Amino acid sequence: MADEIAKEYDVIVLGTGLTECILSGVLSVKGKKVLHIDRNDHYGGEAASVNLETLFKKYGNYAAGTEPWKQYGRPNDWNIDLVPKFLMSSGELTNILVSTDVTRYLEFKQVAGSYVQQGAASKATIAKVPSDAAEALRSPLMGIFEKRRMKSFIEWVGEFDPKDPATHKGLNMSTCTMKEVFDKFSLETGTKDFVGHAMALYLNDNYLDTPGAAPETIERIRLYGQSVARYGKSPYIYPLYGLGELPQGFARLSAIYGGTYMLNTSVDELVYENGKAVGIKATMAGVEPEMKFETRAKMILGDPSYFPDKVKVVGHVLRAICILKHPLASTNDADSCQLIIPQSQVGRKNDIYIACVSSAHNVCPKGYWIAIVSTIAETTANHHLELAPGIERLGKIEEQFMGPPIPLYEPLEDGRNDNIFISKSYDATSHFETSTEDVKDIYRRCAGEELVVEGLREGIQMSQE
Amino acid sequence: MATRGPPGARPGMGNRFAQFKLVLLGESAVGKSSIVLRFVKDQFDSYRESTIGAAFLTQTIALDENTTVKFEIWDTAGQERYKSLAPMYYRNANCAVVVYDITQAASLDKAKSWVKELQRQANENIIIALAGNKLDLVQEQPDKRAIQTADAQAYAKEAGLLFFETSAKTAENVQNLFTEIAKKLPLDQVGPRHARPGQRPGVSLAPEGANTQVGGPCAC
Repeated sequence: MADEIAKEYDVIVLGTGLTECILSGVLSVKGKKVLHIDRNDHYGGEAASVNLETLFKKYGNYAAGTEPWKQYGRPNDWNIDLVPKFLMSSGELTNILVSTDVTRYLEFKQVAGSYVQQGAASKATIAKVPSDAAEALRSPLMGIFEKRRMKSFIEWVGEFDPKDPATHKGLNMSTCTMKEVFDKFSLETGTKDFVGHAMALYLNDNYLDTPGAAPETIERIRLYGQSVARYGKSPYIYPLYGLGELPQGFARLSAIYGGTYMLNTSVDELVYENGKAVGIKATMAGVEPEMKFETRAKMILGDPSYFPDKVKVVGHVLRAICILKHPLASTNDADSCQLIIPQSQVGRKNDIYIACVSSAHNVCPKGYWIAIVSTIAETTANHHLELAPGIERLGKIEEQFMGPPIPLYEPLEDGRNDNIFISKSYDATSHFETSTEDVKDIYRRCAGEELVVEGLREGIQMSQE
Repeated sequence: MATRGPPGARPGMGNRFAQFKLVLLGESAVGKSSIVLRFVKDQFDSYRESTIGAAFLTQTIALDENTTVKFEIWDTAGQERYKSLAPMYYRNANCAVVVYDITQAASLDKAKSWVKELQRQANENIIIALAGNKLDLVQEQPDKRAIQTADAQAYAKEAGLLFFETSAKTAENVQNLFTEIAKKLPLDQVGPRHARPGQRPGVSLAPEGANTQVGGPCAC
């Protein structure tokens, strides 16, 4: 078996998270010879979807000798995401899926609603995030005069052209702040909150005072609006059977173009020559006898867990995965939704997100909902208190899985010195836009050119299709 | 995805048109892709390299005047080599062809373990066919045969599998294999993309009006 592994590859990829699998797929399509390895026996790495038995075992929150998952139907009817995210339906991941044809292997459904909270505790109001001028006028989030101000703001966002100063309201877009833009429209604090956090999807308020950040904010609001307009109910779509299908789809793309896949394979050593990585020594388990091999590559890509001494911690995410037998309150009995609790509403610096999916997306048996509450840690203890405003929204919880704060890693270097290109951890955002930015950034660093998403598979002759 | 139904097979009065996902399994180099190539394109290439660039083919079979079955055929794309097939591969598969090489004794054992894997991972009511390929080799040189027909047949019967010895090279039994699978499929259901009736349909990600541009050379 070992002799089938080539002596040299163009790229070795370590870890089968989404970022790594998209890169493998794209590099294979571009004709690179890829060896893709994961130490786990399943695809997805940190962002896999797991069944209920696996989830209990991962968190260990049950008494020895008991099998609590058995009361929830067949474990395999559960596909629970470890990292909660949705796809923006007009976002870059959607574009990549379409241009690579990975949509062939997956089926998507809309997320039924996008909600935001105003106020806290017993005074909290949950309302749909308005996505266009007409919805703004109907929204309970604003008073009558504010609705009109919001309407003119949304209309202006639609007309805004970064290259046409006539649409800039007399502001210098390269130096002004988003706060100044909001002030032009005299928007109230509560409105700024849901525009910045539930539409532009900023996790905190830093964007407000950053000079020159207004065009990006406006672009984010437009992406939100365009994504809602695409299918109607919310800006989000979600794959049937869970997010774990995404890396599998891109791994298949890579394999179709010649990529070699090895799960259950641990990297024993990174091999360096003159300070540059030139290969790996690895062992594949799960076969008799276990298979040791050594191979070379021009570069090595991977997730942070494979390079502990080459990454730094940039923050911690708190996350609680909850099993419910009912939809979230005040969401029109939505089979799926996102609820954002902006930080200022509950006295925090970072938003609290709730992502909720159900049997409509084939991730659990009928009658169940999976709600994942998350935020960025702001304290060093009592983390459950930080999530409490989100947990409060869930009503009765059947099972709750919450571990210690999850570190977020970033690479120390850009990889050009040692030929090792490392991805970032999945951040706390509710969508994949930052992951696709990371894909493009790594591609730029390792391939020395921009990744053009449009027409990725066009002009490449497939041998049989 | 472009659908290319055969003429006269459109759903309508008295016509049945059903689509099913078929997965291929078996050891490397037993001829999985060759069987499909013979079935889909009626071609054979003795010096085919391991599967690259094609892992999603479709072919329709007209069972009778009113009944057309469309197979959506998934090749392993080599991911079986190091036990790295994704659950996605088995998901919603309606039928499977497990291939072994009648000139390689160990390949039937491998096929048996794939059958077990299918029974573990796939739908309970999946239709499985066992195909002993490279029949042409033993017709030329009988002493090349390593697995007796009767032995494989007995195993297939015991495990509830359809069974054929095939030759992708001469086409012997290839069409038969797929036709017999089609006959066993529940034709009143439409699968696999609409496996659960009554569900809210999924969304199509292709940009409006651009469906024909995204599929590469041929999305059939």
